[in-house]
Amino acid sequence: MLSAKDLVVGYRRGRPVLDGVDVELHPGATLGLAGPSACGKSTLAAVLALLLEPWSGSVTLDGQPVRGFRHRAPATQRTAIGVVFQQPRLAVEPRWTLDAVVRAPLVASRRRDDGIVAELTEAVGLTRELLARRPHEVSDGQLQRACLARALVLRPRYLICDEMTSMVDASTTALLVRLVRSVAAEGTGVLAVSHDDALLEAWADDVVRWR
Amino acid sequence: MRETSVTKTSVTKTPVANADTFTGTRQPASALTVDRLSVRFRLGRKGKAGIVHAAADVSLRLRRGRVLALVGESGCGKSVLTSALLGLLPANAQTRGRALLHGPGGDLDLCTAPERRMSRQVRGRRIGLVPQSAASHLTPVRTARSQLAESMRHLRGAASRSDVDALAERAGLAPASLDAYPHELSGGMAQRVGFALALAGEPDVLLADEPTTGLDRALVDHVTDGLATAAAEDTAVLLITHDLAAGRRVADDVAVMYAGRIVEAGPAGDVFADPWHPYTRGLLGALPDGGFEPIPGHPPELTDVPDGCAFCARVPDAPGPPCNGDPEPVAVGGRLIAGHVPC
Repeated sequence: MLSAKDLVVGYRRGRPVLDGVDVELHPGATLGLAGPSACGKSTLAAVLALLLEPWSGSVTLDGQPVRGFRHRAPATQRTAIGVVFQQPRLAVEPRWTLDAVVRAPLVASRRRDDGIVAELTEAVGLTRELLARRPHEVSDGQLQRACLARALVLRPRYLICDEMTSMVDASTTALLVRLVRSVAAEGTGVLAVSHDDALLEAWADDVVRWR
Repeated sequence: MRETSVTKTSVTKTPVANADTFTGTRQPASALTVDRLSVRFRLGRKGKAGIVHAAADVSLRLRRGRVLALVGESGCGKSVLTSALLGLLPANAQTRGRALLHGPGGDLDLCTAPERRMSRQVRGRRIGLVPQSAASHLTPVRTARSQLAESMRHLRGAASRSDVDALAERAGLAPASLDAYPHELSGGMAQRVGFALALAGEPDVLLADEPTTGLDRALVDHVTDGLATAAAEDTAVLLITHDLAAGRRVADDVAVMYAGRIVEAGPAGDVFADPWHPYTRGLLGALPDGGFEPIPGHPPELTDVPDGCAFCARVPDAPGPPCNGDPEPVAVGGRLIAGHVPC
């Protein structure tokens, strides 16, 4: 279980964005988090992705307390959590091919490709020809497919999707969500953040609504 | 080639030479007619690296007081139309066909009008643009008010403080927030400033290019309501979007674009309730409340669009009316449909 207790976190001193938030992600379950812009959804997602250090409160990953965030997070904890962001263009190295983008986590953690890259790229519908291209040669939707494959390539136990589908069209949305649901069915715990209530109703097991 | 395909039509299925297809009693006046407009881009020296067919034989009619939603997946050529209609295509673009802006002084073909005329008479004054990410269209070092006032002075000659306030209120923006700098505005507020800028010259035609991408549902509704209000004030509105829910909410008419071509068009209620083209069915079926099923495969590259029905090349056995392979839309019962003509 990936959980946070009594979170207080913000960006400016004295003005916390989250104040006393508790959340639990269970393996195999999808938690939807809905709410308007600027309500703190992405802040919570960033903390659970170990990308933002809370001012106070605790984050626990499968029974182990998380002691460091960002580059200070231990590799075993960092690689247990995958993240997909809203804007794929801001989330990939523009000079790499999509194939290199998807493989990057394997290279960084010195793991071998046991066929997972082929499996995932097929599941997100990226052909060999598309994988050879660079980000400026593909659409936002195609790039987001690569970002989801990259987030799953280390077989994370938890997946954080922060507005994963808000820049892509309806058909790509349906495809990406179908893949995330299938990895959730295999035991991955998922946090799905979105402002789209109808989407979360169709996607998540439980939906929490913030104001 | 294309001309010969027209001979297959019968009495009820007339070929479409222009966009005058939506039947009905007493149509409002046309503001802009796009007539078989094609836009292509030549890549590399003399087009040797390929030709992008961004739009092919697109016909649309914008009427005063109505919202036309142009929907389709990203990369299908929708946004090229706004550039073409505003005379902002890059130098390697070639156009064919016409886009006539109707006005009291006669028609103006936007594809051939000189730049001087476009900049002095058309952009901002007769055609307003609501951009995709309004925040990036604002100058970061000046307040929203000073930018709105400058646009109004430029387009109308004078702008008092109360004029600017009134314009902001029309766009759904509280006058108090006008004194903020762009970085102090939320995405939704910046979008409303962009909307106010588009309204500053009181244009007859509003082009809204993906105005709702990345906004939350309440703000999407707000932006679409703003477009509906503009239409109610007798403006012709073109809403270009991949957000079908937004299109469904506000559109009077809808045109569905796939691989640079219009594949289906008609009154929004009819098309959304009973889509004929398998692509329209696929788009609606991909919505969370429509089945949540993705369309298999990818849209074709616009450098390499298949002949005939481009959608059948992607999904050969899609449900719905069978395909006659003709990429040219024909008029059937007040709607336009390409290839998949219902019996």
